[in-house]
Amino acid sequence: MTNELDIFVGNTTLIDEDVYRLWLDGYSVSDAVGLRVRSGILEQTGATAGVLQSDTMDHYRTFHMLERLLHTPPKLLHQLVFQIPPSRQALLIERYYAFDEAFVREVLGKKLSKGTKKDLDNISAKTGVTLKSCRRQFDNFKRVFKVVEEMRGSLAGNIQQHFLLSDRLARDYAAVVFFANNRFETGKKKLQYLTFGDLAFCAELMIQNWTPGAVADSQLDDMDVDLDKEFLQDLKELKVLVADKDLLDLHKSLVCTALRGKLSVFAEMEANFKNLSRGLVNIASKLTHTKDVRDLFVDLVEKFIEPCRSDRWPLNDVRLFLNQYSASVHSLDGFRHQTLWDRYMVTLRSCLLRMYHD
Amino acid sequence: MPGKLKVKIVAGRHLPVMDRASDLTDAFVEVKFGNTTFKTDVYHKSLNPQWNSEWFKFEVDDEDLQDEPLQITVLDHDTYSANDAIGKVYIDIDPLLYSEAATVISGWFPIYDTIHGIRGEINVVVKVDLFNDLNRFRQSSCGVKFFCTTSIPKCYRAVIIHGFVEELVVNEDPEYQWIDRIRTPRASNEARQRLISLMSGELQRKIGLKVLEMRGNAVVGYLQCFDLEGESGLVVRAIGTACTLDKLSSTAAFLPACNSPSKEMKEIPFNEDPNPNTHSSGPSTPLKNQTYSFSPSKSYSRQSSSSDTDLSLTPKTGMGSGSAGKEGGPFKALLRQQTQSALEQREFPFFTLTAFPPGFLVHVGGVVSARSVKLLDRIHNPAFVGIMGNTRSYKLLDWNSFNSDEPETRDAWWAEIRQEIKSHAKALGCHAVVGYSESTSICEEVCILSASGTAAVLNPRFLQDGTVEGCLEQRLSWQPGFFSIGSEKGEVDFFPQSQDSSSLLGLEENLPAGCGFCHIPYDELNMPFPAHLTYCYSCRKQKVPDVLFTTIDLPADATVIGKGCLIQARLCRLKKKAQAEANATAISNLLPFMEYEVHTQLMNKLKLKGMNALFGLRIQITVGENMLMGLASATGVYLTALPTPGGIQIAGKTPNDGSYEQHISHMQKKINDTIAKNKELYEINPPEIPEEIIGSPIPEPRQRSRLLRSQSESSDEVIELDLSHGKKDAFVLEIDDTDAMEDVHSLLTDVPPPSGFYSCNTEIMPGINNWTSEIQMFTSVRVSRLSNINLTNQTLNKNFNDLCENLLKSLYFKLRSMIPCCLCHVNFTVSLPEDELIQVTVTAVAITFDKHQAVQTTKTQVEKSSQRASIDNEELLQFPLELCTDTLASHPFSSAKEHLESTSSNSGIPAAQRATSIDYSSFADRCNSWIELIKLKAQTIRRGSIKTTMPVEKASPLTEGHFRQRSAPACANSTVGVVKMTPLSFIPGAKITKYLGIINMFFIRETTSLREEGGVSGFLHAFIAEVFAMVRAHVAALGGNAVVSYIMKQCVFMENPNKNQAQCLINVSGDAVIFVRESELEIISTQQPIASCQPACSGGEIAT
Repeated sequence: MTNELDIFVGNTTLIDEDVYRLWLDGYSVSDAVGLRVRSGILEQTGATAGVLQSDTMDHYRTFHMLERLLHTPPKLLHQLVFQIPPSRQALLIERYYAFDEAFVREVLGKKLSKGTKKDLDNISAKTGVTLKSCRRQFDNFKRVFKVVEEMRGSLAGNIQQHFLLSDRLARDYAAVVFFANNRFETGKKKLQYLTFGDLAFCAELMIQNWTPGAVADSQLDDMDVDLDKEFLQDLKELKVLVADKDLLDLHKSLVCTALRGKLSVFAEMEANFKNLSRGLVNIASKLTHTKDVRDLFVDLVEKFIEPCRSDRWPLNDVRLFLNQYSASVHSLDGFRHQTLWDRYMVTLRSCLLRMYHD
Repeated sequence: MPGKLKVKIVAGRHLPVMDRASDLTDAFVEVKFGNTTFKTDVYHKSLNPQWNSEWFKFEVDDEDLQDEPLQITVLDHDTYSANDAIGKVYIDIDPLLYSEAATVISGWFPIYDTIHGIRGEINVVVKVDLFNDLNRFRQSSCGVKFFCTTSIPKCYRAVIIHGFVEELVVNEDPEYQWIDRIRTPRASNEARQRLISLMSGELQRKIGLKVLEMRGNAVVGYLQCFDLEGESGLVVRAIGTACTLDKLSSTAAFLPACNSPSKEMKEIPFNEDPNPNTHSSGPSTPLKNQTYSFSPSKSYSRQSSSSDTDLSLTPKTGMGSGSAGKEGGPFKALLRQQTQSALEQREFPFFTLTAFPPGFLVHVGGVVSARSVKLLDRIHNPAFVGIMGNTRSYKLLDWNSFNSDEPETRDAWWAEIRQEIKSHAKALGCHAVVGYSESTSICEEVCILSASGTAAVLNPRFLQDGTVEGCLEQRLSWQPGFFSIGSEKGEVDFFPQSQDSSSLLGLEENLPAGCGFCHIPYDELNMPFPAHLTYCYSCRKQKVPDVLFTTIDLPADATVIGKGCLIQARLCRLKKKAQAEANATAISNLLPFMEYEVHTQLMNKLKLKGMNALFGLRIQITVGENMLMGLASATGVYLTALPTPGGIQIAGKTPNDGSYEQHISHMQKKINDTIAKNKELYEINPPEIPEEIIGSPIPEPRQRSRLLRSQSESSDEVIELDLSHGKKDAFVLEIDDTDAMEDVHSLLTDVPPPSGFYSCNTEIMPGINNWTSEIQMFTSVRVSRLSNINLTNQTLNKNFNDLCENLLKSLYFKLRSMIPCCLCHVNFTVSLPEDELIQVTVTAVAITFDKHQAVQTTKTQVEKSSQRASIDNEELLQFPLELCTDTLASHPFSSAKEHLESTSSNSGIPAAQRATSIDYSSFADRCNSWIELIKLKAQTIRRGSIKTTMPVEKASPLTEGHFRQRSAPACANSTVGVVKMTPLSFIPGAKITKYLGIINMFFIRETTSLREEGGVSGFLHAFIAEVFAMVRAHVAALGGNAVVSYIMKQCVFMENPNKNQAQCLINVSGDAVIFVRESELEIISTQQPIASCQPACSGGEIAT
């Protein structure tokens, strides 16, 4: 005797958090039943495997029906078919949009296109995240991207408004969207050590300072997704800091004077100053080229982080150096682009500090 | 022209994309009522259109207002081709027609399409301006309130309970009309939905008219059902209990309004009758009979119906009056006779209520039921026989003219069954039937009609106490006069017992009889069946049976020990496939065996639980192509008034075999262990009552009882089931045949619910009274396919048993997060949609309770119950003549008899042997009232059926169940928009402040892409979720926040996986209400109502 049809419908939709997680993780019903059996639930409740199978199927069906609504979370709030308490609604949405660290690192900065989607089985194999779950996460990225791409106003704010995510998760999505839009390269081997947290941190700072929305008077054109073209253009002006030999020497002496005796790696710093400064300024001046924008993080690591790391700079020394390095520019009389420098360096300094770890 | 309906279409949202090119929709709305249609403007290119239409006004008769639903259709405008329908909303405007209910319907309704399901929502506002209608010739019954609740609704007080009302309407099913061959499935489904909506409107209006004729103002326990008879049509039928209700002012909700009963009664005198007799179609009916007027369309006459009543199987003076002389003093006899004769005057003294005002129910006789097998293809009107051969041409006929006589055929069928029920009740010495319900099971052209209820004696004391009121004499004086007029249907009222009079007599509402309802109503010497009687274990004065079966809820004043539990009997019987009459004969031959088996199972399981009474018993017999299914559900309890049940003894017929003996003793041990375990589980620990208290010998609680499977008598044309097996003494469950072996096994395989769970099918769980506010109503459906190889009764039984048990297990598992909790009102429905398919549908509500309090209360309850016993004794003594005389009359005899028994039981015979030697009347004492008459009858066409009214006045204030007084912890402040649904008549931890009207909805859903919608499970899951959503939306639009007494009356599911198609019909009903949390109520009463506090409830306050 087989059950052709087996359903349970509550006036309040029952959500089992554990089963929801299994479903999100992309397990098939039979795998999920197996995992639940292993969790010892049968012993705790005295249920049979058949009961568990039926229960799992039922939850999966419910989630499947909810999935359509989860694609546009405000619909979940206003729909009438499933009566779900608000706290549960929030949980459903939050968990649905949550993503795996391993997965996001693979996709971050890639174009959210069909091509990438075809790659998902490779990513799945590499990360151990099931293909189903990869697809969901990828589709989430893409969906959020499409909705907020052309929108004005704060990126994280828009995401929060249209997808009802928590503050934290909305900011993470802002980073994902920002990376995807600017196609920053994050997949190179030397960048592997960077966590999503590091990159999201950088993205947030860049969104705050380097996009058109960051400039107070450009409220009318408050776009958070693209970098501020004018700003990138202006960054070329910084080249004088390394091109002009006098200015470079003056800058170096100012920094060295200030830091003498304060750094454990003073000698290495002094020896490397010109290289480091050239690196940082050249990165800035090249940002007009899309290709160089994409390589921003690669350049930062190659031109600054790796040299410092090879000389075993402690983090605190890096901080002291970067502070002094940016501050000293204000004492360079011949340099006129103080505001521009600050807009560039404040963000870059924080990013570098965040990225400076093993 | 007494009403103006106003409709405003505000906006839509989440509409589907109808134009693929633009991914948008150009939506507009058609608003239709009757034959008038209005349209909104087209709102271009939006999925969230804002129409903000003007008020569309329909000027209509109130008759139409009651019958017609408001039909709102959302369409997509298309310049070049036909406009595409997006979906529809049907709004029943009935709740706007009575003054106390909703004043406006306003809110978001799901737009429903029978093919695509819900497609967005639409915001609608509906109002009705009713002109005061003084037209005496009116056909409408606006103002009569309908309640699905089977008790007096919480914020009302019953002034008079008039009695049974019923009606049925027949029509041709659009699905089977010729036009169905050329129209789309959508059009066909919509025609059906609309027709049923119309028919239920009409039915409700007609019932309302009957209520008005009885001078009632409400129908309580309203149950409306559809019979989908296929080719032969579609029947919508309803039964209910007519009442005159008084709204309790919300502040003094529990105080009776003392002057209202008398005020109500002033309206009653007959000469003020508003109905002119021109409308009663019986020409010679005297003036006073006009209480009964028919709608002109009805052709049957009054005369025919009165002759109808003469068919009554029982004499006017029932055995109750005959036995009264023996039982007690002349005064009591007189009273009895009066009550009884009063009740006998009505054709059917039935009540669909399952819970009653305190004191209403005096004695309960037991369950009475009747079934009848009918053939559907024979019901056509003889006048059309000529063309019957050609179904095609018959379908072209206008059904209105064609079917005009059909309702009467069905009426006659039901009248027949009701007569049987009535005579069964009489045989039990009862003059009324309570907890009455009717059902059908249809397979092809065979239909089983079933009715069941609980035979009961209603309180004659109400009549007696009424003498205090001045009007009584007047009443009594006209009563005989009225009857002499010759109407069989008297408008006899019971007299209200006002609060004052009852307190004069020292009757406090919270001092109930406790055990009185258990006392036997029938005459001990002239018992309708052999039964074993003992003195009541509570009062020691009256006789009680040792087991009691009823269809009602446990009376609030009943004292129980421990907790109750759900008890189910499940049974399948194979049947040969046959046609027409042969089929019907086969079924009716099987029925008695099934009834017997079901009863045996119930009995065994009850004993296994160590309990002695069943409440809420519902037996469903379902007919399929090749089998019959029986499913009985009830809630077992241990009533303190009844004796401790004996155990179950097993015996084999081949005692020589040593291993066999061993096996038997092993089984016996297992059974005994199970009984002991169950007693512990359900906390059944009856106090040992020392014999001195009674002063008369009582039989020692029996150690064992035996059950014997006897071969039932051969089936005659009329089979009367004698479940006592004649005078054969039967105590032992013999396990010789494999059948019985299996029975024993199935007894033991029923696993109790996991710890922390209880279940019952009554409103409340006996023994739990500290509900917390969390509730979860659910519907679960399972369809199982039987492997068609070697189907035997045994494998079938096992399969069916497993199906039900697994379903319950799944429920327990799913709801485990609510522990400790109780599944209440567990309602199983079985259907056999196809040859090898069994469909089981369960609707129930899980309610959490506070475990710690439970322990305390059960303790105190036990204490109370023992106290109560003594109080009852005292109290009973205060009733002059009535109960004492009873005792005096019956005592000497019975004590003598019991003395005999006790001597025999003390005569040193070992217990085991004694069990076989004592002559207990075996089975019948358990079945108590289990009279079954199953008939296959030729079609008798009876014209018209008259329904009688039964007014019973009562003036006791509404006493809420004790659990309600307990304030629930202030948790879960309900968020706006949440609508609770429950099959119960109350919401734990909350107070219902207003009833907004009845919800009665019928939906059809069909798909031609079954696989794409997730298969049958996905399809039905989505559909049921959508039905819930539409119910909630309607309730919310009425301003309510809950549905109580919710019931899914029908869930007909058909599939055709090969064609990738499925169809499902669902019919649900309930009462829309506004409730306020008790915790919030306190706040409101102490402070000013705060605006922020739950809009729904504050809205309710304003509206009242």
